Formats: sequence, C-alpha cells, structure tokens
Amino acid sequence: MNSEFLQSLEVMGLGMLGIFAVTAVLILVMVILTKLFPVKK
Amino acid sequence: MNQILGLFSNVQNITWQSVVMWIIGAVMIYLGIRREMEPTLLVPMGFGAILANLPLSGAITQAAGEIGPLNWLFDKGVANEIFLLLLFIGIGAMCDFTPLLANPKMMLFGAAAQFGIFFTLSLATALGFDIHDAASIGIIGAADGPTSIFVANHFGSKYVGAIIVAAYSYMALVPIIQPPVIKLITTKKERRIRMSYAANHVSKTAKIIFPILVTIIADLVAPKSVALVGFLMFGNLIRECGVLNSLSDTAQNTLANLITLLLGLTVAVKMEAASFLTVETLMIIGLGLVAFIFDTIGGVLFAKILNLFTPHNKINPMIGACGISAFPMSARVINKMGMDEDPTNILLMHAVGANVSGQIASVLAGGLILTLIK
Repeated sequence: MNSEFLQSLEVMGLGMLGIFAVTAVLILVMVILTKLFPVKK
Repeated sequence: MNQILGLFSNVQNITWQSVVMWIIGAVMIYLGIRREMEPTLLVPMGFGAILANLPLSGAITQAAGEIGPLNWLFDKGVANEIFLLLLFIGIGAMCDFTPLLANPKMMLFGAAAQFGIFFTLSLATALGFDIHDAASIGIIGAADGPTSIFVANHFGSKYVGAIIVAAYSYMALVPIIQPPVIKLITTKKERRIRMSYAANHVSKTAKIIFPILVTIIADLVAPKSVALVGFLMFGNLIRECGVLNSLSDTAQNTLANLITLLLGLTVAVKMEAASFLTVETLMIIGLGLVAFIFDTIGGVLFAKILNLFTPHNKINPMIGACGISAFPMSARVINKMGMDEDPTNILLMHAVGANVSGQIASVLAGGLILTLIK
C-alpha cells in the first residue's frame, strides 16, 4: 500500500468532512439571512 | 520544379501521431457542431488541437524557435489563472441562487455530490499517479471546467490537456451518464416521489449579502479557494445588486464568450501529440467517468439516507444527483427524468437549487484540495 494512497484517504476524509462543515455554516447563513431580511409585504 | 516541391517539404514532417490528433480535433469539432455538445469549448479546442499538431506549427513554440501565440496566450492567461478567474465572474453573473436561498437544505446535496472527486483522487493514487496529478484528475468530478483547469494548473500537472478534454466532454455527456446510474440505485417508487415547493420569496437584500458572506466564509475555511469563490461571487453580486445590469450583461455574455473562445484555443497547447497520446490519457478519460459516476452516486445515496430520518417529508433522491455542478444541464436532466416517471411531477426548482449549490460546493472542494495537499 503506497503512502500516497494512504494520504489520499486522509484527504478524502478531511475533504468530505470539510465540505459538509462549510455547508452547515452556509445553510445557517442562508437561514439567518432570509429571517433577518424577509421580503417586505 | 524543385522549388515548387520545396514548398511542400513540410509534408515529410507529418507523423502518425499528428494525424491522430487531427482526427481527435475533428471529432471534437463534429461533436460540438453536429451533436451540440459544449460547442463553445469543443469547437475551439478541436480546432486548437489541429492547429497545435500541424508539422512545425507556427502557432506553438517550436524547439529553439519563437514563442508561439498559443503558448504566449497560455502563459499570460491560463498559467497565471487570469482567464479562469475572469470566466468565473461570468459564471457568477449567470447563477441565480434564489432557489437555494429559498430552500437552503439543498446545499447538502452540493456537498454530497463532491464524493466522486475524492473517490477518484484515491483511485488515481492506487493506480500509480502521484498525489498532485491524482488530485488534478479527481477534480474532473467538480463537473466544472474552470475549477478543473485551476487545480490542475496550480499543481503543475503534466496531464492538463487530458484533464480539460475529459472535464468538458463529460459535462456535455451528463444527460447520458447520469440517468442509467440513477436508475441503477433508485426504485421507480423513489423516482416518483413528489416534493412540495413553497415559493419562498427571497429579499433583494439577502441576495446581495449572500455572495459577500460566502466569500468571507470560503476564505476562513480554505483561503486558496477565495480567488475562485471571490470572482464567482463578485459576478453574482453585480447580477443581484440591481444597479450594474449593464456590467452583469457584459459578464454573462461578452466577457464569458471572449474568455471561453480564448480558453478553448489556448488549452490546445497541452494537446500536443507527444504529451497527449499516452496510456495515461486513456486512464484519465476513464477516471473522469468514474468521478462523474461517483458524484452522482454520492448525491443520490445521501438523499436516500436523509429520507430515513424524514419519512413524512421525503426528498426525491434524484435531486441528490443535481449536486454535481454541471449547471444547468444536471437540473434539466433530473427534471426530465422526474417527468418521464410522472408527467405531473415537476422537480425543476428543487433541482436548480441543488444544482447551483453544486456550483459553490465544487469550487470549495477545489479549494479544500489545494489546502489539504501541499
């Protein structure tokens, strides 16, 4: 098992974790934005 | 007579490799024109492939010769990433994030559908590519040409030509790649799931602040992605602010067309026969397909997992497949698949929401790769 393959598995884990973490923050931002700035009736 | 024959002396410099590249170029032109597959890129790239592989072509730098115009353009526009960033302003101006802001959970599918990038990265290292080339190959799964070029170029991959061809070809092939994969991993009942759409209106203020906040967040998490994300979001800001309509139109049309034209021709310098006609190119074409397939699988399976936790408010799992970038092709494909299963089931707005989220997520994935791999 080459070391680069093992490194790629680490990148996969951290990458997917990272992207879901950023996604969670972005969802939060979107929810807050739409609550703070609703469409004026 | 000899002088006349001398005019054609360059004929003897034609090699079979050059001829193969002409054929590849001709096929790209054919696919662009007759099949209308990404014609804005395949036609210039196809012509560029022919131009770059003519014997002693003056369009590219020859050994100990003058710098060819295509190489000059590549160095001044692609190698320093300027063309790609300018193109991202145009793409940002084309993106309407309203369906995503109205239904933020669609963002989850953008994240899940990046799985193909990381899966392919690992597969490529297992096949013997070094980690930088493997990352450049994996990013084909971003289904986003400029991001693929940006990452491959950043890592100085020697396979840039093959990566670009694979990225744009598969983007054009989304209507052929995604449906069979989705059908394989979903049941007919799942594909007929209806999703209610409450037309939640989004205020102009929210749409203006959103691109600014996304840029800041991207910088905090993956600073190397902020050039890409920033230019994308700047394009979106000029679209949404309402006072720069003329700039927005220019970015969406003139700027994007001009850069696409130059980009298509310029990347041909990476399609010289000597570096393109290799076994690795075939492997990259295959790995690119794997990336698109596993992006689709990642998005669909994630939707199915979510459905386990929300049995009364199920998501049509096909929506997960839209998290692959390829905007707006993927949304159209999924909407059509939904209507094929049930003509009264309109999934378009959900699909567009997931699809634009894929646009953001794919750029973030590129930035994360640049951050995680030194």
